[in-house]
Amino acid sequence: SPLGARLLSVLSRDTLTEDDWDEIEETLLLADLGTGPAEELLEALRTRVRVLGVREPAAVRELLREELLRVVDPTLDRSLALDRPVVDGVTKPAVMMVVGVNGTGKTTTVGKLARVLVAEHRSVVLGAADTFRAAAADQLETWGSRVGVPTVRSAKDGADPAAVAFDAVRRGVTDDVDVVLVDTAGRLQNKAGLMDELGKITRVVTREAPLGEVLLVLDATTGQNGMQQAKVFGEVAGVTGIVLTKLDGTAKGGIVVAVQRRLGVPVKLVGLGEGPDDLAPFVPEQFVDGILG
Amino acid sequence: MFNSLSDRLTATFKNLRGKGRLSEADIDATVREIRRALLDADVAVPVVREFTAAVRERALGAEVSGALNPAQQVVKIVNAELVEILGGQTRTLQLAKTPPTVIMLAGLQGAGKTTLAGKLALALKEQGHTPLLVAADLQRPNAVTQLAVVAERAGVPVFAPHPGNTSSADGETDTIIGDPVGVARDGVAEARSKQHDVVIVDTAGRLGVDRLLMQQAADIRAAITPDEVLFVIDAMIGQDAVTTAQAFLDGVDFTGVVLSKLDGDARGGAALSVAKITGRPIMFASTGEKLTDFEVFHPDRMASRILDMGDVLTLIEQA
Ligand SMILES: Nc1nc2c(ncn2[C@@H]2O[C@H](COP(=O)(O)OP(=O)(O)OP(=O)(O)O)[C@@H](O)[C@H]2O)c(=O)[nH]1
Ligand SMILES: Nc1nc2c(ncn2[C@@H]2O[C@H](COP(=O)(O)OP(=O)(O)OP(=O)(O)O)[C@@H](O)[C@H]2O)c(=O)[nH]1
Ligand SMILES: [Mg+2]
Ligand SMILES: [Mg+2]
Repeated sequence: SPLGARLLSVLSRDTLTEDDWDEIEETLLLADLGTGPAEELLEALRTRVRVLGVREPAAVRELLREELLRVVDPTLDRSLALDRPVVDGVTKPAVMMVVGVNGTGKTTTVGKLARVLVAEHRSVVLGAADTFRAAAADQLETWGSRVGVPTVRSAKDGADPAAVAFDAVRRGVTDDVDVVLVDTAGRLQNKAGLMDELGKITRVVTREAPLGEVLLVLDATTGQNGMQQAKVFGEVAGVTGIVLTKLDGTAKGGIVVAVQRRLGVPVKLVGLGEGPDDLAPFVPEQFVDGILG
Repeated sequence: MFNSLSDRLTATFKNLRGKGRLSEADIDATVREIRRALLDADVAVPVVREFTAAVRERALGAEVSGALNPAQQVVKIVNAELVEILGGQTRTLQLAKTPPTVIMLAGLQGAGKTTLAGKLALALKEQGHTPLLVAADLQRPNAVTQLAVVAERAGVPVFAPHPGNTSSADGETDTIIGDPVGVARDGVAEARSKQHDVVIVDTAGRLGVDRLLMQQAADIRAAITPDEVLFVIDAMIGQDAVTTAQAFLDGVDFTGVVLSKLDGDARGGAALSVAKITGRPIMFASTGEKLTDFEVFHPDRMASRILDMGDVLTLIEQA
């Protein structure tokens, strides 16, 4: 990529000038890391370059990669909570919910996840708790029917999403399934009413079974507003993991570096396309190499 | 977490108070703060670079005004430049001399195209037009159903001869489903024969790097020779705005831009990036999920929003 090429050409000069450092910073900014984290990384890199007396460009590049990898943290546990909880002697389904702003890929992620789980021979129920967006439940049902899992939905638009989510989880309990995946409507984090509604959905669901995973679905094209999304969704819905979608495009998704740190929860999955098989585990090394080009 | 630009500039203003002319150091200090603010607002790096250079140059050559201190003067210049790039020349929809007027929507996945189709249809209907919506997104699961629901809510008819990607279709989404080019072409013919004076063609979301789908968009454009091709872009987008806007400009040569999800709290620096890189006007703002959440784009409001300064002029007066 041109970015990578540019970075390489910067780093392949003998001594780094202030301009060179600026250009390295720009590479990080271009990946949506944000000014704060980019400055921090640069500081750490400068210090190490100085302390280690590094001169060779390849070595500086390797140091930058190390610093980035350190903040992305390869040691985090990125597995999904799929163990079925036992409550009062009853084995409940593992319940997962997706949340996020409009159009990030929540419904698609649920569809892809269902596919993965079914392939692992787990039984699954989908809950269409987006009762607002035009044809949202139909979209989820299409995904469900393709992998042969039932979708619990309301008969009409505009029904109470918490009630639908509750019904889906109850159905999961009654049918003794392994996993219930609850899709929710996209909502902007600055809409207090919609965020209250999300809080209510989580509370109502929890009455029937604990929420094992609340996945914040972030679009890789998202810029600095991603931090605001993380903050508010984290507070309202108790996010346990991040899904970074649309990484098949040209965006790098660098905002998740700061988001992961802010929320203290890892990126668990990435979306790499619109097809049913385009979901993959998050691999820190690949992500970092994507940023560096 | 960060102080707003207003706070940081106010601090800068304090130091600069009472100086009578623009020194290079004054300008540099102010421009640095502005650079940071633009980057935090997601304005693309190359655009920030070019923009701050232009501001710096203009500030250096600026006439010294008695009423304003140096920093205020720089801010005034920044604001003026921003408004100019964002659309000194905002314009309304170009209507065809011989109806129907054909409007094509294009953009990344999830940007807000289908919703916008409904908003446009409703707004045009209220102005006395007779729009027809055309369902040429056969790719996304139930996009056709979604458009049909949106059309019903807007009280306008929809042309949807193909069900698109539904459970009944055998569709894996990695291959092209149906013939969206044909649907678009037939939709325009339908509008002509049924005397609809506007046709709005909804298309599938696609990535700039998706050769196959980008070619499909170009083919749709060629088949229907639209009067307007509107590029819908999410106000929350970050640095990718430039790459994506350029890809769509090359792919479908859009005629105008719609900034969506402006009801959020993103600062929307992408607006500046897209306007600057493509030179295409930002025509509308999409400001909610309801079909009435739709307005004409206001460059001056957007400039204040990007700078995070509330009313820039008030700030200049107070300093
Ligand atoms: N290229 C690409 N497209 C994706 C990916 N994930 C989802 N999409 C597309 O993005 C668009 C929006 O996806 P949805 O799953 O409907 O998003 P959502 O978050 O459920 O949207 P709302 O419910 O309206 O908030 C659709 O066109 C999807 O096909 C991905 O990983 N890559
Ligand atoms: N808050 C808000 N939501 C919006 C706006 N415009 C669209 N949306 C929402 O964003 C999501 C995606 O909108 P769509 O109209 O389906 O987007 P699209 O571009 O047609 O998506 P694809 O067809 O999948 O590429 C939906 O949840 C919409 O309700 C807006 O201006 N504000
Ligand atoms: Mg959805
Ligand atoms: Mg659509």
